Amino acid sequence: MNKILLVIQREYVTRVLKKSFWISSLLAPVLITAIYAIPIWLAMKDKEQKQIAIFDQSHLLKSADLQDKELVFTFTNVPEQVYKTQFAKSGYDAFVSIPVDVLANPKGVHIYSSKNIGLNLKESVERLIQNKVRQELMYKAGISAKVYEDTQVDIDSETITVSENGGETSSSSAGAMILAGIMGLILYVTLLLYGSQVMNGVIEEKSNRIIEVIISSVKPYQLMLGKIIGVGLVGLTQFLLWIVLTIGLTQVTGKIYASKAKATIAVDQGKASADMRNAMQDSPMGEVTKVLESTNIPLILVAFLFYFFVGYLLYSSLFAAIGSAVESATEAQQFTFIVMIPIIMSFLLAQYTMQDPDSTVAFWASMIPFTSPINMMVRLPYGVPVWELVLSMSLLVVGFLACSWISARIYRVGILMYGKKATWKELSKWLFYKG
Amino acid sequence: MLLSIRNLGKRYADHVALSDVNLEIPKGKIFGLLGPNGAGKTSLIRIITQITGPDSGEILFDGEPLRLAHADQIGYLPEERGLYKKMKVGEQLLYLAQLKGMPKDEAIAKLKEWFIRLDIKEWWNKPVDDLSKGMQQKTQFIATVVHEPKLLILDEPFSGFDPINANMLKDEILAIKARGTTVLFSTHRMESVEELCDEIALINHAQVVLSGNKDEVQNRYKKNQFSIRFEGELLSIPGIEIVSHESAGHAILRFSEGMGTNEAIALLIQHIRLLEFKEVIPSFNDIFIQVVSETN
Repeated sequence: MNKILLVIQREYVTRVLKKSFWISSLLAPVLITAIYAIPIWLAMKDKEQKQIAIFDQSHLLKSADLQDKELVFTFTNVPEQVYKTQFAKSGYDAFVSIPVDVLANPKGVHIYSSKNIGLNLKESVERLIQNKVRQELMYKAGISAKVYEDTQVDIDSETITVSENGGETSSSSAGAMILAGIMGLILYVTLLLYGSQVMNGVIEEKSNRIIEVIISSVKPYQLMLGKIIGVGLVGLTQFLLWIVLTIGLTQVTGKIYASKAKATIAVDQGKASADMRNAMQDSPMGEVTKVLESTNIPLILVAFLFYFFVGYLLYSSLFAAIGSAVESATEAQQFTFIVMIPIIMSFLLAQYTMQDPDSTVAFWASMIPFTSPINMMVRLPYGVPVWELVLSMSLLVVGFLACSWISARIYRVGILMYGKKATWKELSKWLFYKG
Repeated sequence: MLLSIRNLGKRYADHVALSDVNLEIPKGKIFGLLGPNGAGKTSLIRIITQITGPDSGEILFDGEPLRLAHADQIGYLPEERGLYKKMKVGEQLLYLAQLKGMPKDEAIAKLKEWFIRLDIKEWWNKPVDDLSKGMQQKTQFIATVVHEPKLLILDEPFSGFDPINANMLKDEILAIKARGTTVLFSTHRMESVEELCDEIALINHAQVVLSGNKDEVQNRYKKNQFSIRFEGELLSIPGIEIVSHESAGHAILRFSEGMGTNEAIALLIQHIRLLEFKEVIPSFNDIFIQVVSETN
């Protein structure tokens, strides 16, 4: 068997068999599903109804005005002085007293309860009374209820992207931003995470002193490449697990919700499913779903895997070179910053790219190999011309080849250097050592 | 010759590691590579193992110019050696054997033989972390020899070994030699040179300053001195110089040019009763110190 394959296999298998790999592979999809499912679950949950006694001295409110999913109002004639003493026995959650002159004195409304009432309840009660009082005041000012209703409009624009041939797709810039942000963040974290795993692997081999045995069997560049590819495949495996598990989990929760919604339709005339849809649309995942509907998911997925893998190859070869030059992780710190700066830079640039994906800065950030993985992925949900994508990908491959060439030259010298403190000057000398 | 090293040169940025090195390493022998620290032994070994390349000169391995494919026929135990700590012993040895080009099944079979031979059967599934230093050394030794290399290179193999393991190692080296393997053995422990080596080369300041068959080298450094044990009083005899006479009944003598041993003995027994007569063979320790200080 080819020796690089053996190295790849060892790097891959030893990492994938670790417990920590499976914990992080399982935990992330559960978290993502939770972010998506919990708001819907909360919206669907059967709310507990609260019993509220209302003492309306103004006789302004009718029971038709007091419709609320969570609150059940009962009119009472017991004055508040009396009520206060009997409250504990009454069985009501709250007692609302409205003064006779509520139109002139809106602050005279009192809510009594034995416990501190929730903010939700207070707001619901206030909203109901406030609506009625406003209506009444408008009516007195000569505005009919009909006119009042008609003025309650919501503006919610739909954004539409127009392609060159005039085709239209509905898009959501908020959703694109969220999707871009998520992908940028994942790339940022994983580039650092897997890059430093490569570096630590190299340091381990060097400080273990197994390196000399290994490179008497394989060439240093084979070992370096095998390690980088092996760790990268671990990363890809993790992504695939994340994607498959997340899709699986969200499908399952979706099915559960759907069957629940169906059950409530019979009783509630489809109100619950509408609630659910609203909840989905209001939640951030709903926005993302909208974008996912309007974008080319396979393209994004393939591009994401490409930018992760090649970007990772580029950075991890540099991390490997650093690992080879030092003897401990602490000693590595003086060098890692130089590799981390472009990663952090691209993440900062990505914030800007997200705001204005078609600006000159965003364009260059998505072309230059060091910043392009994160920035191109951030731009992609907004739509990017094909030539730009192809150019950016090609430049990234070229960047990787250049970086790995430099790294391999430092690596082959560095792994055999002991007891000599590596300096920048030293590293640059290694570049020109003969085999 | 298994290895012919011709005009080998290697320089690093700040110093010359090897300069015009010529060595012939015969097949099936144990070849001792001697020299003080920093003389260039490790540099030479790293070129033979193709970890680094030479600046000039060439190496023939079994008659062919040394190339990458030969790496699989070389077993190398470096002076600074280690293992992957988290891997299991069996897994790790299997990996190292496969890196030497062994097919998996064959590697497993051979490894099992070694585990039985060195009486470490129960270690296969132990993580290296749990092994004592001596156990790790055994593991490393197996990794070096399991693929049955034509050339075995051992750099200071005895350093860190306890006497029991050192003995085991010595026996294994001799057993491997008996199977026809050539052993290149770098050390500055002279007693192991005397015990094991057939041929030696001494490197100092990047150059070979002495090489040849072990006995022949020792003969070359003989000073025509003889150690005697005797009864009686040793008086000065013309033609016989007393080099040292530190305790009664024991002395080291040197005979003048042209005087044979029989002749000398004939002279001596006229004065003393000779109990023992023995030529002083210089130890490698003495040769080492002498040659190194001469060439410094």
